[in-house]
Formats: sequence, C-alpha cells, structure tokens
Amino acid sequence: MSDLNLTLHVWRQRNAKSPGKMVTYKVTGVSTHASFLEMLDILNEQLTAKGEEPIAFDHDCREGICGMCSLMINGRPHGGQRATTTCQLHMRHFKNGDEIWIEPWRAEAFPVIKDLCVDRTPFDRVIAAGGFITANCGSAPDANDILIPKESADDSMDAAACIACGACVAACPNGSAMLFVAAKLAHLHRLPQGQPERMHRTQAMVTAMDAAGFGNCSNHYECEAACPKDIKRDVMALMNRDYAKAALASRDRETKSDGSG
Amino acid sequence: MFARDHATARGIRVTEFHMTWLVRYARSSIGAKHIMAVTGLLLFLFAVVHMIGHLQMFGGRDMYNTYAHFLQSLWEVKWPVRAGLLVLLIVHIIVALGLVAKNRAARPERYAKFKPVVSSAAGRTMAFTGLAVFAFIAFHIIHFTVGWVQPEAFHTLDAEKRWDAYSMFVIGFQNPAIYGVYFAGMVLLALHLGHGAASWLQSLGLRHPKYPVDRLGPLIAFGLFVGYMAPPTAVLVGLIRMNGVG
Amino acid sequence: MLKLDARVPGGPIEQKWANARFEMKLVNPANKRKYKVIVVGSGLAGGAAAATLAELGYDVACFCFQDSPRRAHSIAAQGGINAAKNYQNDGDSVHRLFYDTVKGGDFRAREANVHRLAEVSVDIIDQCAAMGVPFAREYGGTLANRSFGGAQVSRTFYARGQTGQQLLLGVYSALERQIGAGKVTMFSRTEMLDLVVDNGRAVGIVARDLVTGAITSHAAHAVVLATGGYGNVYYLSTNAKGCNVTATYRAYKRGAGFGNPCFTQIHPTCIPVSGDFQSKLTLMSESLRNDGRVWVPKSKTDTAKHPDQIAEDARDYYLERKYPAFGNLSPRDIASRAAKEVCDEGRGVGPGGRGVYLDFRDAIARDTEERIRERYGNLFDMYERITGENPYRLPMRIYPAVHYTMGGLWVDYQLQTTIPGLFCLGEANFSDHGANRLGASALMQGLADGYFIIPYTLGDYLARLAGVNSAIASPTSSAFAASEDLVRARLDRLMNVRGSRSIDSFHKELGHIMWEHCGMARSAESLKTALEAIPKLREEFWRDVTVLGDRDSFNQSLEKAGRVADFLEFAELMCKDALIREESCGGHFRVEHQIDGEAKRDDDRFCHAAVWEYAGEGKEPVRHVEPLAFENVKLATRSYK
Ligand SMILES: Cc1cc2nc3c(=O)[nH]c(=O)nc-3n(C[C@H](O)[C@H](O)[C@H](O)COP(=O)(O)OP(=O)(O)OC[C@H]3O[C@@H](n4cnc5c(N)ncnc54)[C@H](O)[C@@H]3O)c2cc1C
Ligand code: FES
Repeated sequence: MSDLNLTLHVWRQRNAKSPGKMVTYKVTGVSTHASFLEMLDILNEQLTAKGEEPIAFDHDCREGICGMCSLMINGRPHGGQRATTTCQLHMRHFKNGDEIWIEPWRAEAFPVIKDLCVDRTPFDRVIAAGGFITANCGSAPDANDILIPKESADDSMDAAACIACGACVAACPNGSAMLFVAAKLAHLHRLPQGQPERMHRTQAMVTAMDAAGFGNCSNHYECEAACPKDIKRDVMALMNRDYAKAALASRDRETKSDGSG
Repeated sequence: MFARDHATARGIRVTEFHMTWLVRYARSSIGAKHIMAVTGLLLFLFAVVHMIGHLQMFGGRDMYNTYAHFLQSLWEVKWPVRAGLLVLLIVHIIVALGLVAKNRAARPERYAKFKPVVSSAAGRTMAFTGLAVFAFIAFHIIHFTVGWVQPEAFHTLDAEKRWDAYSMFVIGFQNPAIYGVYFAGMVLLALHLGHGAASWLQSLGLRHPKYPVDRLGPLIAFGLFVGYMAPPTAVLVGLIRMNGVG
Repeated sequence: MLKLDARVPGGPIEQKWANARFEMKLVNPANKRKYKVIVVGSGLAGGAAAATLAELGYDVACFCFQDSPRRAHSIAAQGGINAAKNYQNDGDSVHRLFYDTVKGGDFRAREANVHRLAEVSVDIIDQCAAMGVPFAREYGGTLANRSFGGAQVSRTFYARGQTGQQLLLGVYSALERQIGAGKVTMFSRTEMLDLVVDNGRAVGIVARDLVTGAITSHAAHAVVLATGGYGNVYYLSTNAKGCNVTATYRAYKRGAGFGNPCFTQIHPTCIPVSGDFQSKLTLMSESLRNDGRVWVPKSKTDTAKHPDQIAEDARDYYLERKYPAFGNLSPRDIASRAAKEVCDEGRGVGPGGRGVYLDFRDAIARDTEERIRERYGNLFDMYERITGENPYRLPMRIYPAVHYTMGGLWVDYQLQTTIPGLFCLGEANFSDHGANRLGASALMQGLADGYFIIPYTLGDYLARLAGVNSAIASPTSSAFAASEDLVRARLDRLMNVRGSRSIDSFHKELGHIMWEHCGMARSAESLKTALEAIPKLREEFWRDVTVLGDRDSFNQSLEKAGRVADFLEFAELMCKDALIREESCGGHFRVEHQIDGEAKRDDDRFCHAAVWEYAGEGKEPVRHVEPLAFENVKLATRSYK
C-alpha cells in the first residue's frame, strides 16, 4: 500500500489560560500500517525539523488499556471505530488526501492543559468519593469463602473494563459523565462484596460527579456508542434505580449517630 | 412527614424540618432525571387518556358529547386534575430549563466538528420541542377550553341541551388553518415523545436488556400522533361531518 | 563503598518471614501519622504500598507521571497472577511455587525472598477478591484457574485478558479511598528527577510538576521507589511510552546499588515491527501458544510466498522439531531465541524478514473456528486491528520483543536499597525472578511487595529512627537546594543544546544498538561494539539534540529528552554487566556459553547477583557481588527437550 499525505486541522492551545485555535498542517509519507498516534509522531517529527513546537497529546500504553489517549477525530471520540481507542486506530482506515479534524475532549470538567491534553482528574475525585470497597489490607477472608456466580462475575467484569478515557463525556451532547460513574458502580454492585456500601457509594459518587461540573444525562446513548470498551447503557439504568433507593429510602451516612452527640 | 421532634440542649422540644435530603435529591443530576421521568410519564399518560377520549368522535355526536358532559360534570375531580396537570407541566418545564442551562455550561466550548451517531434529532431537540408543545398546549386551552379562538363555535348546545363539543370539534377542524396548527403541534409532540415515551424507563432504572421496550419509543409516539390526528383528519376530509359520521 | 548485607533472617526457610516479622520494631500507633513516607509509582507495587501504609496511619505522598494513578503500566498485564492456593487440588503448594520460581529464574534469585513471595501469594488473592476484583469464576462460584508459562499446575488467577487492569483498579480504588480520606496526597503528572540523600539517608525527592514545569522538593522519613521496568532502553518494547529508568537511575547515582542490569526478558509472541514509524510493540498473550503452531518455511526462497502456497512438508515447525517434549510451549527465553535463529538464517516472514508464523489452521480444523473464537476472540480482534490481517484465514505473524526487566535496584530482605531509608518495590527492584521471570509472577511480586511486605519492613525502619522530629529533613535544607540546582541545570542543558536531531531519532538509534548487541543473544564482541557506540551516541545527543518548547511549562519533549538522556547512560551499564557475566542464564544468553544451542550456566564463577556502584561522573562503576546460596532447591540445569 502506498503512503498517505494528509491535511490535519489540529487544536493548538499554549496552556489553560490562553485561547486556542485550529491550525492546519500537512503531513506526508504516512504508512497505512501506522497507528493514528504514530501518524501524529510523524507529524511531530516533521514539525520539530522545522523548529515548530510539537503537538502535545496524551498517550502511554498505546495498546488500548491505560485510557491515557483521547482525541476527537472528525467529530467522533477515538475516531469512531467500534470498540477502539485512538492508539489502536490505524491509518489504513484513511485515504490519501483526507482532511482530518483533531480536537481535545471538550467539557467544562475537563479543561485543556495544552493542545490536545485535558485534565481528567475529576474522574479520580469521583472514585475517591466512593468508588471502592472498604477492605483494609489483611482483613480479607479466604477468596473462596464468598461464592460468586459466574454470571455475576462476568457482568461485573463487563463494567469493570472501563479505562476512564473520558470518551463518554466527550461524546455526550451534554458533557455528562454518567457512563463512567455508572460503570464503576455496576462493577462493584454486581458483586457480593460491593453490597454493604451500595447505597452510600451511589449517593457519594453521584454527588461528587455533580460537583465536578459534568452535564446531565438525557438518554442519548452517544456515550455507549463511543465507549472503546463497549460498556452498555444498562449500567446507567442500575445507577438510576439505586440512586432513587439511596436518596429516598435509605439512611444517610451523615445522620448516623452513636449517641455521643 | 418531614417534621421531627427532638430535644434541644435546653430540653425544649422543637419541631424542625429535615428537608435537606429531599432538596439535595431534587437538585442532584439523577434526582432531576427522576423528576423529569415521573412528571413526563404522568403527562404522557394523560395524553394517552386524552387521545382515547377524542377518538370517541368516531362514535358520533351523542357518544362524544356524553363523554364531554361526563368530564365537565365531575368538577370535584376536574379542577384538582387540572391543577395537578398544571403543576406537573410547570415542574417538568422548570426542571428541564435548569438541566438545559447545566448541560450548556458543561460544554462551554463547542467542537469544530461533532458527529453524534446514535442519538436522534428528536432527542437532542427536546428543549425546543418541549417549549413548542407548551405553546401549543396554551393555544389548545385557549381554543377549546376557554373558547377564545372560535367563540362562535363554543357555545352551541346539542339536542339534549348539553354543551355541543362535537360541533365545536367539527367546526374547528373544518378550518384548514386550525387543522394546520394542530398538525404542527402533534408533530412536535410526537417528536418530543419519540424520545420521551420510553426514556423514562431508563431514567427510573426500569429498563431491562431482556425487554428492550425502550426501542418502542418512536413507535409509541407515532401511535399517539395517529390517534390524535385521526379525528381532525376525518373532519377535514369529510368523514366526520356536522350531521354525523360515515 | 557499598555494603551488601542481605539481612536474611535466621531459621529454616519456612520460618524466616515469621521470624523476621516478630523481630521487627513497631511504630507507636499514635505516632504513625507523624511519619511522612514518599512513594514514587502508583502501579501494583507503589499503589498498594501507598494505600496500605496510609491504612496503617502513615502520612503518605504518592507520585506518578501519568494523569491518574490508575494508568500505571501494570494496567497492561493480560495473562494472570500466580498464587499457591492449590484450589485445583493438582499438587500445588507454597513450596512448589517457590521451587518453580527459583528454577525458572535459572538460580539467580535469593531463596529467602522467593519463599516469602510464595507464602504471601495466597493472601494476595484473598485481598483482591475482597476489594472487588472480578476474577474469573466457575459456574459454582469458586475461583477459576488456568495454567501458564509452562507450569505443571493450574495456579494462575485471571480476569479475562485484563488481569493487570483489574488488579490495578483494585489497588487504585484503595489508594483513592485514602486520598479521599486525606491520608495520601497524590501528585499525578509529577516526575521524580532526583533522590535527596542527607547524612547517608534518603530524605526526600525533587520532582517536576509536568503541567507547570515547577521544580519542587518533598521531604520524608523514607522514600519508596516503585517505578517499574526499564525495557524502553530498547526503544521498542511492550512497555508503555512513558516507562523509564530515570527514578532508579537517579537513585543509583545517589548511591543505590543497581542489581543485574543486563537481565531482561524477551517475550516470544508479539506483533512484529511493521515499519520505522513503529512506536511500540504489542504483546499477544502467551496463551495463544496452547493452540497455535509456530513455523517458518524450510527454504529461504519460500519466505515471500503466500502461506497457503507453502506445502506441509515445506514448513519447518522448528519448536516441535527441536523441543519435542515442550514443543510450542517452550519457555519464553527458549522460544524467543529459536525465532531469532530462524530469522537470522533468512527464513523469517513478513516485512524485513523479522517474523515467524503462529498458525491456527490445525486448531481450527480440529476444534472449529467457533471454539477458537471463544478462546481467543479478543486477541484475534486486537491482532486484526493492528495488522489489518484476519488471523482466522492467515497465520499470525509474531516476533519476540523486549517485555520485562529482571534487573533493578538491589534490595535486601527488607526491600531496602543500599541507601538507608530508600526502599524499592515491584519491577523496579532487582527482583525475585533471578535471570528469567515466569509468566504471571510479576503481578504477584508487585502486590506482595506493596500489600504485605513493605508495610512491615518500612515500619521497622521508621521505628528505629532517632525520633520523629529529628529524623526529618527540611525541604529548604542545603541537600534539597543542591539537588534542585542540579535538576534545573540539567533541564537547562537539555533545552540549550538546540541541535538539529529529534529526541526520538536518538532513542531509536539507541534501541537499535541495544537490540542488536545486547538483546536476545549477546557476545563479547557485540557488547564491545555497543560499548563503543553508546558513548558516541550520547556525546552526539548532548551536542545535537533539539528540545523545543519551554522549561517552565507543560513540555512533553523535555520529559522525553530527560528519559532518553538517562537511557543513554544506563545502556552502558547494562552492556558492562552483560559483558562481565560470562555465562548464559535465563534471559541472558551469551553465544560463547552454550551446549548444543542451549544456555550454559557457570555456577562456579557467577552464582551471584552483580551489584553496580556509581563511582562518579566519567569514572568506571564498581561491580560488587552478593553470593547466592541454594540450600533448599538444588542447583540443576534447566532442560525442556
Ligand atoms: C504487556 C504486558 C503484559 C504483562 N502481562 C503480565 C502478566 O500477565 N502477568 C504478570 O505477572 N506480569 C505481566 N507483566 C509484567 C507486569 O505487568 C509488570 O512487571 C508489573 O505490573 C510492574 O508493576 P510495577 O508496580 O512495578 O510498575 P508499573 O505498573 O510500571 O508502575 C510504575 C509507576 O511508576 C511511576 N513512575 C515511573 N517513573 C517515574 C518517575 N520518574 N517519577 C514519578 N513516577 C514514576 C509510573 O507513573 C507508574 O505509576 C506484563 C507486562 C507487560 C508490559
Ligand atoms: S494510549 Fe493507553 S489506551 Fe491509548
């Protein structure tokens, strides 16, 4: 196969405070076997040779599992190939002479740090609020003491596959993070170990999500279509239901008192 | 319900309102989602009942006027229901506007290129269709409930000296302009329900992958549209006339 | 002068860890929060350590260079984690896991550490299950196991092909819980650039905030490094792009001994290089070798042919031919070398002749495509995504790639380096895997170190310090200032070269030198070639590299340049270590030392760990040895024929 010459429109922004703009570049001699990020590597080498500062973009594992890579490619997170992250997207899906628009994730909660890199730490804060099982190291019973039906373990794993890349937020017309939050809740709530803290966890994580400035879910399911790990909308249904139970029918943790005042 | 008695440090019993958790719930993203779902569902159910009522136009003047008379006479029920519907509508709209503002704020910078792939245009324009439907409802009330639009048709009585809703209906829809307004209103409602009619299942967490009834949303909306537009269309094409049906 | 005291406790091997724990001094619970601990790294080892130390009450600061601790490269591990649970009733035991690991490591690990690893392996699974790791289950609800890496028992626990991800997410959730509780201060997008040593003790680090470019000092009573492996010295590896040697190499320059730097593991089944734009290599799980058959054409002239046009008798199933007993399941080092050999003979397939076939034709004919899809569907999809070829129709093309580094900072039984107060965990230390790591054992080691070992041994160190207040340095002290100056000067130097060659071009060239001369097969001659080439390349780097952007802001080029600069020094140390070790053991294969193509160990001269001491800029590093005694597993030659 022959090499590709492409026209790229890329968002450039010096830092969080300065305004950014789309800048057009030509990149030449891109092998169709290269990955999308390797194409950007090639462009960066060409920019460096010209003394222009390379484009900043996040990436690490380059095998679709760390969740570090992002990029809105031609209006679709990770380029829109089913169940594929940007680092796994390959240039054989493009044609010579193509124009490609490359933008960062856009969300109030994910401010741009530089060029195509955004700050996704709100995700960490949501997890810190309740995305865990309280089990201090050393306190665990034998792993086979609690039996888990294979179906539950499989369903839990489906949700746990989330890589926290943020494509759901990027794809959502409302910039909502519900698929991410619900995936973590479903991972834990489909297992027996997750039950004791279920109600509190649901409330705490939703509260943290709201505080981070994400938008609300309108059941468009763009998140589901964009998810590189194929996480299904079912997890959000579970969260919505649990949240009603948690908020309306269970005891709040704060109000618990041991009587000491 | 939210009052709780408890002793203060000085031993005086006071009643305090513990509304905070409810307020927090209502203000939360998912709480708002639930409110939208529940109010939307109730309004939708009203719309279905209302539609069934109108289908009685095909049963002729007597049937329709009996139905209308029955409704009008139940004033102990009528006014609470009207008030309830109004409250539902207002809550539905206010919460929706809050969400729109929040969602706008969640994406202050737009994409240069943005290609939604699975969401429907109907779903993405809920705020617009919603407000338009609201305007339509206002018109509808002014038209058929208050009677300002075609006052000449509003005060006729039938043979049994009942208010002649049947005639009002027929006169109304023989006018193509009126028909056009209702047609547009129903298209908007159908678009709104195309997304909303099943969305509540997901919002309340009642959707189950084994029963993908939520995919039926557009179908339900279309059904409602057909049901609502059938009697007016029958009037317009002359199937339902002042002197009877057929 | 380095003092190597392994501090292995007394008693029979089964008792050593229990004895050690009893002899440890404890920190008064009320005082724990006054002790500050720095953990660099948030992978299985570092994340587990930070979370667990915080649970115990210490005041912890944790660092990682990614934007979230959840993205450490542990996330990429696919296959599984070993534990001597013997749930399958197939004859496993702590002793057997211990034995297998010592033997698999070709007798170059410290027995006492390995035994402890096998002991705590069982607790790891319990802890992970309690934290909600969705391990694979049987229909009855008990845990499922698979066999892995040539082991004769089924002791590998797994979560689909994403075991590392799920274990790391467990660790990460525990860590986030402590962050939420205010017990751990997390510094993401922050890179450690120097270790601060004062009065012979590790007292903190100097780091760069990767977003603002600010250089900051962090003081603590103890520093724990868990910064992963340095496979990226080869440029192409299965490691993530950011994996580096910087943290451990900086510690080495501050006096920590570096153990066995030349011990690297090459994984036999990776997707081959497809062009010079290639930025990393992707692992195809070893489990594929359970059903795939490895072959190349018998004749060079057939290599360009479509595989369907190569008749059965024109194919060379070389693993089955050479190792009839283990065949396609031969251990990693052996399978890798065999692939290199046939490609060196000119019989390799695909671009550049650097690939061999992994063929599922017979398995599909035997078990149907459906069954194969069930077993390996996601791997086949991944292969197709990357290569554009359908492995159900065409045989996969695979080639060995750098995967893991057994070498690392030398640590004693307490996981303390030669610098008091500096501890090292996970892949970053010189490890319990000797000269070769068995599959599914790195995850086990990382979690063992982080969850179950460091919480004890670090406590003992802290309890023996003079006192909480007197033992902490001030981040404004002269040691920190000097270190900050050094870091800034180095960054300035990188920025100011303003040469003409890109950073990547140097990294690629270094990788090429290392792969050719210090890779799967090494010889005195190749290593000497490398030892000449590396300093030249380094000199050119400092003369002609170009680093654009600013020092004091987000600058990925500068990050990369710093890492490559360290690789350029470290590579030399690896080659020196490889040159002196005149034997073949595990992943270290010296062509001069073989019998019939198989590795030949020299236990008389090299039954030891080599520990390198930094002697100063431009001076020859000093090699020390820690002799290894095998009292519980008898020294024997590995054979897989
Ligand atoms: C593709 C692949 C598959 C594998 N599969 C398996 C398997 O199936 N089973 C198995 O047992 N093992 C497997 N391994 C090996 C195993 O995954 C690793 O050895 C292990 O996870 C390393 O864990 P760690 O905590 O030591 O380091 P890592 O997880 O690499 O973490 C390193 C941490 O250090 C931080 N860091 C590094 N340098 C700096 C710095 N200078 N400043 C600040 N922070 C820094 C990083 O941000 C990161 O948080 C696999 C490895 C790879 C690459
Ligand atoms: S770089 Fe890790 S998922 Fe893409």
